Amino acid sequence: MTKANDSMVKRINYKQLAKKYGIVIVLVLMILGLSVAQPMFLSSTNIFNVLTQATIFGIMALGMTFVIISTGIDLSVGSILAFAGVVAASLGQATTATGKYFPHLVELPVIVPILAALAIGALCGLISGTLIAKTKIPAFIATLGMMTVARGFALIYTTGKPISTLVPSFTALGGKIFEVIPVPVIIYFIMIVISSILLNKTRFGKSVYAIGGNITAAEVSGVNVSRTLILIYTYSGLLAGLAAIVFAGRVGSVHPGAATGYELTSIAATSIGGTSFSGGIGTIWGTFVGALVLAVLRNGLTLLNVDAYWQQVAEGIIIVGAVIVDMRKNAKRE
Amino acid sequence: MADEKYLLEMKNIVKSFPGVQALKGVQLQVLPGEIHALMGENGAGKSTLMKCIAGIYHPNDGEIIFEGKKLGTYTTAEALKMGISMIHQELSPVLYRPIMENIWLGREPLNKFNLVDHKKMYELSKTVLKEIDLDVDPRTLMASLTVAKIQMIEIAKAVSYNSKLIIMDEPTSALTEREINQLFTIMRKLKAQGKSLIFISHKLDEIYEIADRITVYRDGEYIGSESSKELKVDRLISMMVGRNITEMFPKVPCKIGEVKFEVKNLSHKRFFKNVSFNVRRGEIFGIAGLVGAGRSEIIETIFGIRQKEGGEIFIDGKKVDIKNPRDAIAHGMAWLTEDRRRSGIFPMLSVQLNMAIANIPRFLNKIGLINEGALNSECDQYVEKVQVKTPSLEQKIQNLSGGNQQKVLVARWLMTNPDILFLDEPTRGIDVGTKVEIHRLITRLAGEGKSIVMISSELPEVMGMSDRIMVMHQGKVTGIVENSKSLTQEELMAYATNTVDEYLATRGKK
Repeated sequence: MTKANDSMVKRINYKQLAKKYGIVIVLVLMILGLSVAQPMFLSSTNIFNVLTQATIFGIMALGMTFVIISTGIDLSVGSILAFAGVVAASLGQATTATGKYFPHLVELPVIVPILAALAIGALCGLISGTLIAKTKIPAFIATLGMMTVARGFALIYTTGKPISTLVPSFTALGGKIFEVIPVPVIIYFIMIVISSILLNKTRFGKSVYAIGGNITAAEVSGVNVSRTLILIYTYSGLLAGLAAIVFAGRVGSVHPGAATGYELTSIAATSIGGTSFSGGIGTIWGTFVGALVLAVLRNGLTLLNVDAYWQQVAEGIIIVGAVIVDMRKNAKRE
Repeated sequence: MADEKYLLEMKNIVKSFPGVQALKGVQLQVLPGEIHALMGENGAGKSTLMKCIAGIYHPNDGEIIFEGKKLGTYTTAEALKMGISMIHQELSPVLYRPIMENIWLGREPLNKFNLVDHKKMYELSKTVLKEIDLDVDPRTLMASLTVAKIQMIEIAKAVSYNSKLIIMDEPTSALTEREINQLFTIMRKLKAQGKSLIFISHKLDEIYEIADRITVYRDGEYIGSESSKELKVDRLISMMVGRNITEMFPKVPCKIGEVKFEVKNLSHKRFFKNVSFNVRRGEIFGIAGLVGAGRSEIIETIFGIRQKEGGEIFIDGKKVDIKNPRDAIAHGMAWLTEDRRRSGIFPMLSVQLNMAIANIPRFLNKIGLINEGALNSECDQYVEKVQVKTPSLEQKIQNLSGGNQQKVLVARWLMTNPDILFLDEPTRGIDVGTKVEIHRLITRLAGEGKSIVMISSELPEVMGMSDRIMVMHQGKVTGIVENSKSLTQEELMAYATNTVDEYLATRGKK
């Protein structure tokens, strides 16, 4: 091979590198820019702050990654968070709470509200998934229905009032261990690892990619399409239940209108992370980066004293810009 | 200059696509006021030629002379304006809009405010529909019409363009007997008005009923044109298939064992009735027939993709119940589907996953995680075994050539170690070299004692590879014949067109 060819190969590799890690480069540039503009950004407290801010929609975005890879969408996760959250909170209230939801309930071990939230989340997801798999209605519609229904149940359950004053063992889930590492961040990292294993190392994960890649070919090749679809939405719901626990732990109370619009934030994180709406393409790692981009953006703009209303504008532009870059990457291959 | 008596004259038309020369310098002459049939096997180039006339394709070489004028390059819209309409095999109406909006799509009559004049459109549509004796309200939604009616609307559209030449690409393939008769009535009426029609069909009886002249193509070449009154059936068939079987088919005789797989009286509501056949160990069982004969649908029904109406399936003499492809795979069956893009590959996924997808359970450890090392090494083995040309297992399958994609799919199914393989058009759209490789592989599998069912629309392939051949015509089995040196393509074609009695009668006379 000639020298000219050699250098060309290298250049192409750079290009491919830029393509592959495009969004990571964006994240690094954002971090660099922010640390120059505001040195406080790189303090360990602030880094953990950013990570903590990413946890709630970040955890839901992990489930969303499975959903979107399979060419679906899950609009219900925000509402599921609220429903699972108010139920968990009602089971985890301190006896000292005023206007206690269950006035005569003794203080339960914290595992009870945790399991309740996870069960409600998984059940809601199971219902959406079953609807999608069995009636073949579009995921958009099935989860739009679940979004409205779950929000309705959250309101019915609480009669519209927030549930607060949780037991210390519950709020500890939103606190820090060794006074440094936030528990939500630990939970988030564990879920990243578990989701990554599920997506890459199990039959379920391969089936998710296959369904997104070509649902007919998946069926013909012996993939159990309907069971996989049901599992996908159940997992997404389960993670929304987990996010509800983190939310309750951090805030110390849950109101039935909580997490409105979070489904869109987690969809945004997933898209920024390179998961394609046309299916078959996406990674957990990418979604993590996508969630960080959003969290860094929000944190950075606040540190820079940017007006909260303008932050919204910036966020919208970033979401669209990131996806344009991502689409170009896919289109160039043709 | 051009011969004035023809409405359309095509000379020396050449059309190439990357890797294939679809038309190798063919000709066609159409007289005014005639129904002209085009015949030839799949891949003969008929549809390509028609798309050249309609302005969808532009020939690489050759002349198109229409009404005595030599045409340059033109678009479909220009073709329509000149009076050339084409009714495609796959109709694509705007389903949830009314008939009239479909007819006047893109040239809606406007009122003085430049808004669509629905009243005028309605009146105009009524006139056009009346012209072809179609009694239907122009405000009816397309979606509520039968395929036959939708086709009539397409014809009405052609009439509304005042077309002088109407091309129909297999218009009868989805119609019932009665609907075909209606179509023929309209065709005759249009002919009486001096319009010319080009008609493509695989059904010989139809051709003889409606066509004035017949032109035959084969492998992208022009074979001949004759009046349908003078052209005898057996001669027509030999014009269509008259190809010698070369050494393309490295079939070696294998030891044939006991019956492995059997289907009894399998029926489907729409596609086929009472299909029975069996396949033995080491046997290659070919299924021949024209497009629409119901061959692929049989496999889809066996695998549980389509609901069967009746019938039983036996493996090793035991009755089995197959509800979905998973059950079939569990019974040692494999299915290489007909349409690689639609139901075969996962385009944006890796070669590795494309190959492994039907085999994941074998590579799971105790806690359900995939043993990536074992999986990769087996994939590597199969890349070697079927000789897939790919830079790595991580390569996206969409970046491979069609032949290599097909090999990956073959490997997918070989990995499941099946006993019974269903191969639906295993070499369609694949270059000659890869074709021979796949044929060699099929023979080798038969040699290993596997039972193989192979559907193919290419008669030379069926005859070159099979031990026995089942021929179908419109959902019915017209014959199961032993393959032998004395079997001719003409005979198979006669079975496929359900004219075998006639064929044997003329042969008897000789």
